[in-house]
Amino acid sequence: MNKILGVVLLALTLSACGTKGTPATVEDRTGGATPTQTTGDGKPAGGAETTGLGATGVAGSSLDGSSDPRKNPASALSKRSIFFDYDSFVVKDEYRPVLEAHAGYLLSKRDAHVILQGNADERGSREYNLALGQKRAEAVRKALKVLGVSDAQMEAVSFGEEKPRNEADSEEAYAENRRVDIVYTDE
Amino acid sequence: MLRAVFLLPLLCLALLSAPFAAHAVMEIQVVGGAANKIALAMLPFQVAPGQPAPGLAQIAGDDLKRSGQFNLIDTNGAPPTDLEQANVSVWRSKGAEALVAGQVTALPGGRFEVKFRLLDAIKQTQLAGFSYTISAAQWRATAHQIADIIYEKLTGAPGVFSSRIAYVQKQGKRYELKVADADGQNPRTVVRSGEPLISPMFSPDGASLVYVSFEDKKPVIYVQSLRDGGRRKTAAFKGSNSAPAWAPDGKRLAVVLTRDEASQIYLLNVDGSGLARLTHGGNIDTEPVFSPDGQTVYFTSDRGGSPQIYRVAVSGGEPKRLTFSGSYNVSPTISPDGRYLAYIGRENGRFRVVLHELANGQTRVLTDSARDESPSFAPNGQSVLYATVQGGQGVLGAVSLDGKTRARLSESGVDAREPDWGP
Repeated sequence: MNKILGVVLLALTLSACGTKGTPATVEDRTGGATPTQTTGDGKPAGGAETTGLGATGVAGSSLDGSSDPRKNPASALSKRSIFFDYDSFVVKDEYRPVLEAHAGYLLSKRDAHVILQGNADERGSREYNLALGQKRAEAVRKALKVLGVSDAQMEAVSFGEEKPRNEADSEEAYAENRRVDIVYTDE
Repeated sequence: MLRAVFLLPLLCLALLSAPFAAHAVMEIQVVGGAANKIALAMLPFQVAPGQPAPGLAQIAGDDLKRSGQFNLIDTNGAPPTDLEQANVSVWRSKGAEALVAGQVTALPGGRFEVKFRLLDAIKQTQLAGFSYTISAAQWRATAHQIADIIYEKLTGAPGVFSSRIAYVQKQGKRYELKVADADGQNPRTVVRSGEPLISPMFSPDGASLVYVSFEDKKPVIYVQSLRDGGRRKTAAFKGSNSAPAWAPDGKRLAVVLTRDEASQIYLLNVDGSGLARLTHGGNIDTEPVFSPDGQTVYFTSDRGGSPQIYRVAVSGGEPKRLTFSGSYNVSPTISPDGRYLAYIGRENGRFRVVLHELANGQTRVLTDSARDESPSFAPNGQSVLYATVQGGQGVLGAVSLDGKTRARLSESGVDAREPDWGP
């Protein structure tokens, strides 16, 4: 009797050992937004391995198969313009996420360069507007510098009122022209 | 096949329109005039066969009329006469204070001899008499010189009818920097570009133009010879290069550079050497202009919190603020005698030309438009040329210092801007 129990126990043990190449999995159905999501070869905590279902949101990639984050329309990186109030060169708080996104990209890619093109609406002196556009571009440059971006990766220039995006004679058009464009030199 | 057929008529259209655009001239219109005008009778000149049209008396008379300071007495129907035979008392009785008579005779080789005399009708004395030997190509220039002489003898101030203006025209995405006679005639293109051109200024001797071009995708300063069209990049530093202004000796420029971060004023020799910084701080300092004695630079600065006019000694030092009325005063220009400042002041959203007497700070608004820019004084300091917008179109304007005589220069379908009045 004991001999048979021993054999059964041994068999069970052997069968358990035989399955060690296949880890027990717990499927995590709660979505992958949590930072603890792991991929298939992640280290399990407490002996359990989890598989996340991937990031929330659509991670669009271009049709040529590249995964340039700047091309993701849901990312703040796709926003390239910062708009200003009349006579002002103050970067408004609402643009903080945009600046942080571009700073993050530039910090992660040290060979990337941006030209910050400052613009002004058409009212008033052309030369003063050239200087105002420059001051706006400089304000964005300084904001990026504070976020850690190196001077070597940025240049501030101005078009003043000479290259308006909207040539109409209205407050809406003027507001659209009071801006700095972040232009990557490799795009 | 179909595409080629369609393209051909378009090409023909382009070829046809190009020469037309090259000869297109701005039209000048004048309204108003001085409170007290000089009554002048320009008698019809004796003419020569084959002489150019319009006649010299017509061109000179139009010049004098446009100044707003003359009332030209109707001489239509009077026979051409020279001054010895003119019936002075007849014209005196029609109110003439001065009389002009002249004659043109044809010379061999298509040339002409021109004689004219200016007479004080009250004292019955000759004020001026000149003769010229000219080619047909010098016709208009001669008429303008005659007008200048008449103007100076009767008003005491030099005439500006022989002077020139520079301005930029924009049509679609094309920009042209042009030089024309002060009445808008004889425009010649000196720069053509697909990128903006701004801030042209004649050198004091009128032989060169300095301007800013965006052809390198950022503002760069060029100096160009008007004689042969040759040019050099005078300031192409890192950042923006703009707002150039000649020193009265024609050897140096004041410029605005952003190489040290903010827009700041620097002095520079015309050959590009000798860069020296004039203003300091992190503000906007721009639009420098020299005083006629070359010792002071006037400029626009926002160092006080809003754009205002300041001045600083060329040798350096603390700038002094000159404008305290309103929150936006820009684009200073100085009269040739150094007595007046003109600039653009914004009030209730309207940008207008302001005249500012430097000795006592008194100001007068000269225009009643709303989008004025870029003022410059005539070489005799009697009026101010500027750019404005009329009916949605960029046009040029000129206004006398008393605000009473106003001129408009415009060309249909083309935006004009950035004028400078040169010698």
